[in-house]
Amino acid sequence: MAETHVQTVPVKQINEPISSPWRDAWRILRKNKMAILGFCIILFFVLLAILAPFITPYEYDKGELVDKNLPPSAEHWFGTDYNGRDVFTRVIYGAQISLRVGLFAVIGSIVAGTFLGLLAGYYGKWIDTLISRLFDIMLAFPSILLAIAIVAILGPSLENALLAIAIVNVPTYGRLVRSRVLSLKEEEYVMAARAIGSKHSHIIVQHILPNSLAPIIVTGTLGIATAIIEAAALGFLGLGAQAPQPEWGLMLSDSRQYIQKAPWTVIFPGLSIMLTVLGFNLIGDGLRDALDPRMKN
Amino acid sequence: MALLAYTIRRLLMLIPVLLGMSLIVFAIIHAIPGDPALTILGEKASPQALADLREQLGLNNPWYMQYFHYLGNLLKGDLGVSLHSKAPITVEMGPYLAATIELTLVSMLFAVFIGVNAGIISAWKQNSWFDYTCMLIALIGVSMPVFWLGLMEQWVFAQELKWLPSIGRDNPRDPVAEITHFYIIDSILAGRWDHFRDVVEHLILPGIALGTIPMAIIARITRSSMLEVMRSDYIRTARAKGLGQFFVVYKHALKNALIPVLTIVGVQVGLLIGGAVLTETIFGWPGVGRYIYTAIGNRD
Repeated sequence: MAETHVQTVPVKQINEPISSPWRDAWRILRKNKMAILGFCIILFFVLLAILAPFITPYEYDKGELVDKNLPPSAEHWFGTDYNGRDVFTRVIYGAQISLRVGLFAVIGSIVAGTFLGLLAGYYGKWIDTLISRLFDIMLAFPSILLAIAIVAILGPSLENALLAIAIVNVPTYGRLVRSRVLSLKEEEYVMAARAIGSKHSHIIVQHILPNSLAPIIVTGTLGIATAIIEAAALGFLGLGAQAPQPEWGLMLSDSRQYIQKAPWTVIFPGLSIMLTVLGFNLIGDGLRDALDPRMKN
Repeated sequence: MALLAYTIRRLLMLIPVLLGMSLIVFAIIHAIPGDPALTILGEKASPQALADLREQLGLNNPWYMQYFHYLGNLLKGDLGVSLHSKAPITVEMGPYLAATIELTLVSMLFAVFIGVNAGIISAWKQNSWFDYTCMLIALIGVSMPVFWLGLMEQWVFAQELKWLPSIGRDNPRDPVAEITHFYIIDSILAGRWDHFRDVVEHLILPGIALGTIPMAIIARITRSSMLEVMRSDYIRTARAKGLGQFFVVYKHALKNALIPVLTIVGVQVGLLIGGAVLTETIFGWPGVGRYIYTAIGNRD
């Protein structure tokens, strides 16, 4: 019995596709309907954002005052705002802004957080204490308040809002990477690498980083959703994008006084924020189930 | 003894964190552009008056002297005097703090009550239409921008349907004596039930806006935690003993399923303060969130 079993194993492996954690994850992810829905939503918004100039005949910052607060119609799908600007045009140009801010803020947080987390986890001692306490301090403030304070110092603009969101979220990734490094350091293959005299940089790049990637990707995807909401919140408070930029949060605060006369100017930008955030949350949940079953809760 | 030592060590570790926080707050106050003396006296003040005030406020000292001065006052419980209204901040903050705590408590009660029950029933009737509806709502709730939800609520329930008031904590023309600054308690103390109703009506919309995200998160956590517990052996034993479904779910399973939920509730209370800034801005709620937002503008 045992012998025949051993013989069948290699045959089976040849016929089956090579299995790796990433392939397995992709296989699980493809079957997750909600994650696919999330992908579709995000793909839709990305296409709208990229193709914006070809989709709409209007410009986002110019409108005829004669046409102000028009309800949705064939010419103006989402109606027009108090300046006579086409709301649909502003919403799809707004997708450019929000997607860019979400992506770059998270990339910034991941790069800085990974660097600090590696430093703290790998070298330990006083560097660890220093960095960990710094993270504790930053996490003690509600993130939106810290972001408001940073923008108040730097001056309100879209770029500074992006920077503030990136800074505020560094501890999330820093702590994640640090805890991964601490557990990976005890793994036998890392100890073996050290025993054969590998350099620190080699161990970090070859062993620690690749094995920390999965949780970073999951948290990063969910982080884009948070970053988009935070950017819109700063815009809404007048601390992010400045007029006439078609930023979704700014559009909401601009139009809120016309909400009774022209509710479409408030409904569509908000709906876009919600859908984009929903899309990233769905993908993030799907990725978590596929990449890291232990994180599931 | 080990526990005592552990507690003391954790408390000692708080000291550098608190010091760092005070340093950050101080740095923020310092780094915000503008001159406080100019803000107080206005643009037309004479240079002499400005210089005198700067001396009086200690603004000419080096920054570390100012920091130690600030830290010393902080330890004495003195948060300084508001540059804007001249009242001590501890006194001025009282009503604002009460307003925010009242709003936060109401939205947290809403979030926990609805969230936990929705989670339990979803897990109990797993894969039913109730489960799917609840989880869909929870999914949308997690992705909801607080400020948009608030605006939509105001539009539908206050402006179109005129069911509920959209701004403030009560009818400003009909106040009651502020004893505790918690309007619910104040109106009961005054024995004014019509005012109590008014206060509750003012709390509903902002409470729901602020409570929606934690509600959605709590519902999702409760559901998954309940599902896990319901699979365990002791639940099967309880069922085998012939206990009623309701008793098993609410008495046996809930006790253990609530542990991760409680952790999340704790985290969410902290996050609510952030959401409060936005909710208070939209609903004209005179709380700490709005206070901080305007204080940054006034350089307090």
